[in-house]
Amino acid sequence: MNKQFKLFASVTAVAAMTIGLSACASSDSGAGSERITYWASNQGESLTVDEEVLTESLDRFTEETGVEVDLEVISWTDLYNRILTAVTSGDGPDVLNIGNTWAVTLQQTGAFDPVEGDLLEAVGGADRFLAPSWATTGAEGETPTSVPIYGQAYSMYYNTALFADAGITTAPTTWDELVTTAKALTKDTDGDGTIDQWGVTHAGASVTQNAHQGFIRGVQNGGSTFDSDGQGTFDSAEQVAGATQFVNLMAVDKVMAPSDAELTQEAMGVTNLIDGKAGIIFSQSPLKNFASRDFTDWAVAPMPLNEAGDTGDKATESFVAGINLSVFKNSDNKEGAYSLMNWLTSDAEQAQLNDAYSSLPVVDAAYDDERFQTDVIKQKQDTLANHALPMPLVPEEGQMETLVGTALKNLFAQAATGTVTEADVQDALTDANNQMLAAQ
Amino acid sequence: MSRSVIDSTPAATDSSVSAPETRIPLPPRRRRRRSPLAYWLILPAVLLELLVHLIPMVLGVWIAFISLNQLTLTNWVNAPFVGLQNFMNGLDPNSSIGQAFFATIGRTLLYTVLVVGFSWTLGMAAAVFLNSKFRGRALLRTFFLVPYALPAYVGTIAWAFMFNNRDGAINQVLVDTMGLFDGDRPFWLLGDNAFGAMVIVNVWQLWPFAFLMLMAALQNVPNDVYEAAALDGASLWQQFRTITLPMVQPANGVLLLVMSLWTFNQFNVPFVLFGATSPESATLISPLIYQNSFGSWNFGLGGAMSVLLLLVLLVASAFYIRMVLPKGKNND
Repeated sequence: MNKQFKLFASVTAVAAMTIGLSACASSDSGAGSERITYWASNQGESLTVDEEVLTESLDRFTEETGVEVDLEVISWTDLYNRILTAVTSGDGPDVLNIGNTWAVTLQQTGAFDPVEGDLLEAVGGADRFLAPSWATTGAEGETPTSVPIYGQAYSMYYNTALFADAGITTAPTTWDELVTTAKALTKDTDGDGTIDQWGVTHAGASVTQNAHQGFIRGVQNGGSTFDSDGQGTFDSAEQVAGATQFVNLMAVDKVMAPSDAELTQEAMGVTNLIDGKAGIIFSQSPLKNFASRDFTDWAVAPMPLNEAGDTGDKATESFVAGINLSVFKNSDNKEGAYSLMNWLTSDAEQAQLNDAYSSLPVVDAAYDDERFQTDVIKQKQDTLANHALPMPLVPEEGQMETLVGTALKNLFAQAATGTVTEADVQDALTDANNQMLAAQ
Repeated sequence: MSRSVIDSTPAATDSSVSAPETRIPLPPRRRRRRSPLAYWLILPAVLLELLVHLIPMVLGVWIAFISLNQLTLTNWVNAPFVGLQNFMNGLDPNSSIGQAFFATIGRTLLYTVLVVGFSWTLGMAAAVFLNSKFRGRALLRTFFLVPYALPAYVGTIAWAFMFNNRDGAINQVLVDTMGLFDGDRPFWLLGDNAFGAMVIVNVWQLWPFAFLMLMAALQNVPNDVYEAAALDGASLWQQFRTITLPMVQPANGVLLLVMSLWTFNQFNVPFVLFGATSPESATLISPLIYQNSFGSWNFGLGGAMSVLLLLVLLVASAFYIRMVLPKGKNND
């Protein structure tokens, strides 16, 4: 190697390392200007609708505070990985939405500002918020790193026209009643020998939807996904019993269309309900979809319990669903970010935004607004306040959702193409539990 | 460094030559000089190459030896070193992760053989067919290239719609129109059928590339050779076996290597067809690494699997290049 080459190689290596390491270091996000970046999750019927709703609100914010906001609405399929990338690189937005079930997992990364001091003051203190929603802002006993913005809860929505056709007058309140009702709804309406109307519809290929239902059914059967030491117990007898009940809707009871095993999004199930292809769906917020199709033949009822008279955790109808807001620790415009947190959680904007998205306000005062006096809202509010448990507040919650949701997705696929026994459910959940243990 | 001058006179020791010295100055032969300028000119390209390829690769290898999860993600530079633990977890045949890894390697190999085999066969058949002149040849060539010209995601999404159990075009034709499967609509994207569906989509996307490369290679085979063979009574099959195949062999060797590497690393097709988690029958190695990294936030394990994949492909490629590719002074 001659001298020229040695010199060249040395300079190249040093330059590459310098550029590489500087790229690994943190970056800017607004250079202290009166401009901040906000990543919003998809809450409306489309990303465009979200942009319209939020731009209107953020324009008012800019007018009031002088802080300009660069808004980016991110779909649910991308949001988690985008946050992950931002956390790893340190290059993220100033303020962002997170699914509230991710709050503890993301809290452990240390990437978000703790909600204390100025930030807690900016959002008006914890007492303004609904207690169940506030409980999802971080691990128990630790300073939260997020603040609720939208509340949600699962309810049972049903097609009243199909119920009337089948002579059913009341909504089922227990699991057995649900199966009986669903069987009455499942039929071949055009006489071609093929069933074209099903009792229940569900996005069987949606990992998230499966994880939610797996959690609810497990809790109703007296189970939990983690023990007191934070170890996964996905494969406990109670969890298996709950998951089996749910998968049996397709595998044994035959009241869920096998083709539901291919549905990847809840909205596809809602379409089935609207089109009269199914009578019942468990959903958080199908109202915007109903309105966009001018669909009025629907009613809402609490999710059925395992058995009549169940109390305590067994009477859980939903997990505390919703979206939280966090401030990125690397934000160099904390003042602007805190102002936005204050704005989005204010009573007036809570009423405005949650009305636009058919979700539930997370501050008590917003319920005084007449837009939240309807029966549907009262039903959902009751579920959220009195019959909802937070998803497990442990760092591994995110992995649990993926592993249990995927196990149920595979079980639905198996049910669609063959048979599923309780032993299959046990094996699938044991396998998911082992994967969690290996990752710890 | 001095420039050399070619001396045309006989050796100086030859004293028998008494003729006057006739030095004919020839134009000096330019010897390649190692000018530093060349290095500086390629410096930006080398820097970018290091940044885009080499540094991420080195980081990927490093991740395989550390415990990288949500607790260590923000300060990943200081994540604890765990030695070979991630490799042991991934390779332990008694663990569910290890079993899944080995089963997936085998499945990916089978997938690669099937996809490359079908793509090559289709590509070669079409290239030979379109090598002879006939009316409409240009139109057919363009038509055949459409799958390759379409963005991969668009084509795969269209296939996902077509394979849909309830409303997909494939079941409409096979079940509703042709009355196959006794009226039972098969699931193409669930269970065991998912593997076949994935092979079909990948072959559909890949075979035009084989067609394009082989067609270009066939252009260089002189027609005279075929004419001579035909005069000697060689059948079409004999002509293909003894003329076509040997004469396109250099292009063929590279083509098969590139297609195999692409297919073995396939991620887009299963991800678009099945989402973040594939059915077990259709889980390939790249999506498995993705699932282990992003599904369970176990980036160390994902890194270890990536390193193993890299090693397998490196050894296989090196062996292939040594044994199969033609030896020339430039590629030996």
